[in-house]
Amino acid sequence: MTSTLLEARGVGKRFGGVQALKDVSITINQGEIYGLIGPNGAGKTTFFNVLTGLYPRDGGEVLFAGKPLNLSSPHEVAKAGIARTFQNIRLFGNMTSLENVMVGRHVRTHAGVVGAILRSRSEREEEDAIRRRAEELLHYVGVADRANDLARHLSYGDQRRLEIARALATEPKLLALDEPAAGMNATETAALRVLIEGVRNDGLTVLLIEHDVKLVMGLCDRVAVLEYGEKIAEDVPAVVRADPKVIEAYIGTSAH
Amino acid sequence: MNMLKGRVGLIMLGTALLILPFVLGMAGTAWVRITNFAVLYVLLSLGLNIVVGYAGLLDLGYIAFFAVGAYVYALLASPHFGIHLPFWIILPIGAFVACIAGMVLGAPTLRLRGDYLAIVTLGFGEIVRIFMNNLSNPINITNGPKGVNLIDPFHIGPINFAKTDTFAGLDVSGPIKYYYFLLVVLMVVIVINRRLQDSRIGRAWVAIREDEMAAKAAGINTRNIKLLAFAMGASFGGISGGMFAAIQGFVSPESFILNESIMVLAMVVLGGMGNIWGVVAGAIVLAFVPEVLRYTVEPAQMALFGRTLVEPEVLRMLIFGSALVLTMRFRPAGFWPETRHKREFIEPAEK
Ligand SMILES: Nc1ncnc2c1ncn2[C@@H]1O[C@H](COP(=O)(O)OP(=O)(O)O)[C@@H](O)[C@H]1O
Ligand SMILES: [Mg+2]
Repeated sequence: MTSTLLEARGVGKRFGGVQALKDVSITINQGEIYGLIGPNGAGKTTFFNVLTGLYPRDGGEVLFAGKPLNLSSPHEVAKAGIARTFQNIRLFGNMTSLENVMVGRHVRTHAGVVGAILRSRSEREEEDAIRRRAEELLHYVGVADRANDLARHLSYGDQRRLEIARALATEPKLLALDEPAAGMNATETAALRVLIEGVRNDGLTVLLIEHDVKLVMGLCDRVAVLEYGEKIAEDVPAVVRADPKVIEAYIGTSAH
Repeated sequence: MNMLKGRVGLIMLGTALLILPFVLGMAGTAWVRITNFAVLYVLLSLGLNIVVGYAGLLDLGYIAFFAVGAYVYALLASPHFGIHLPFWIILPIGAFVACIAGMVLGAPTLRLRGDYLAIVTLGFGEIVRIFMNNLSNPINITNGPKGVNLIDPFHIGPINFAKTDTFAGLDVSGPIKYYYFLLVVLMVVIVINRRLQDSRIGRAWVAIREDEMAAKAAGINTRNIKLLAFAMGASFGGISGGMFAAIQGFVSPESFILNESIMVLAMVVLGGMGNIWGVVAGAIVLAFVPEVLRYTVEPAQMALFGRTLVEPEVLRMLIFGSALVLTMRFRPAGFWPETRHKREFIEPAEK
């Protein structure tokens, strides 16, 4: 019996004259890898931005783990258990890799100013735990050897992995990845695939935006297709791939 | 070995700081006073460093919190209202009131960044000063432009900070006592700054400075954490202001002009934003250089030309301005930058 983790109902978003999302409804099940594909400009990133509270929405609502998400507060979305990466990597460039991941622990920890100033025992223990967890996650994604380097000095592929580690540090139920393979070579993409599968095997649910159709079709349990802000298909990869509307959408824009 | 060296260095520095006021005292008590004001500037810079250096929020009205602390002290320890509370009660009150003022400033400006924030904070600083200037009518709260006079000095038991005492045959003047008090406060503030820097809150500040949107998505309540930066910075300003009022014995709105905010910001930026020791050094240099010039420019010209060609004040600002311009040209990240900033400024931007 599968249970629903996330249910988006009628989500809409308009930028001036552009209807970036039109009445988008999707359902993501617990423990699956759910792909979101579509041509450039279809609204995939916008969906992430609305879902994580970074852009105000024009309509619709999202139920997460049975409760309505407060979409006007990004940190509450993170607290509820949705973590994301960005299509154009957004790390804290002048912090070390380790610090980047430690920041991800913020939402699950409590030390305040007084604790920090007094270095109370509980604060020190929490700080140690934050550091240990961050180190584990750097190992997990495979950038432990760059722990003390500034994030901006990491290679492109390592930066993408580091961003995933930072997202995982928030202890999400749903990990949302916006084109994680963009700019990666074949080896890096293969390693990324192993990483994403590992995340799922550890019990997380993954929402994956990806341009690399082969990667999506091979990895995802179900796939939704957006075109001009509208969902035109949602099913298992084999069915979606054969859907004439989807083929049309991709052929229509395959020039890029 | 290294630790031993470090410890020896620390002991030497400590000894130097302990005997410093007596050495300076030989050149005149004025130099001890100047040193005290320099330490006040260091404290202010460390407070502003939290807001500007860590959290990346450009604040051009920081002196307002210094003003709030100074006036709280002045009103609670002077004949103006006839209230004479001891300093150890007033300083925390001043810090608290300044902290509230910091949040009052912070709350409506949270959505602003960069230039816009700078302009609003600049306005806030001026508003506070104008308030101090005009709150003498209809009820006389601040005594207007005349300021508040005859402010109580610190008292610790029988020791009066306005008088000279003799301890073990050593004459310890009022400014020297304040010097030691300031030194203790400075050490506490440095420790607090360092601990904040390496804490969950400190990391959140830097994360917001680096990328606010990513910080939000990573689960940081950016609104609260920014407010916290304003509040912490303002509290340091408030405590410094209280000590300023006591040392000076007099406060008036004139002490809290925009130039002072800019001066403190220059100290933070010149020394190296975000790096505690850089900020300390920047504040000391910028506080002392003008004073040294003030005392040397006129005698030097008299000796050379027999008369004063350039007013000391003019030359002082000229040298001061050129030094700032040259620093920004050749060491844009400050003299002792936080390593993070150094790389940011010196390397060509990637992407
Ligand atoms: N911040 C924004 N302001 C204005 N228009 C935007 C913004 N973000 C996205 N858009 C527009 O919304 C549409 C969908 O964009 P996006 O969600 O980035 O597409 P995708 O990620 O599927 O490539 C595009 O037409 C894009 O130009
Ligand atoms: Mg996109």
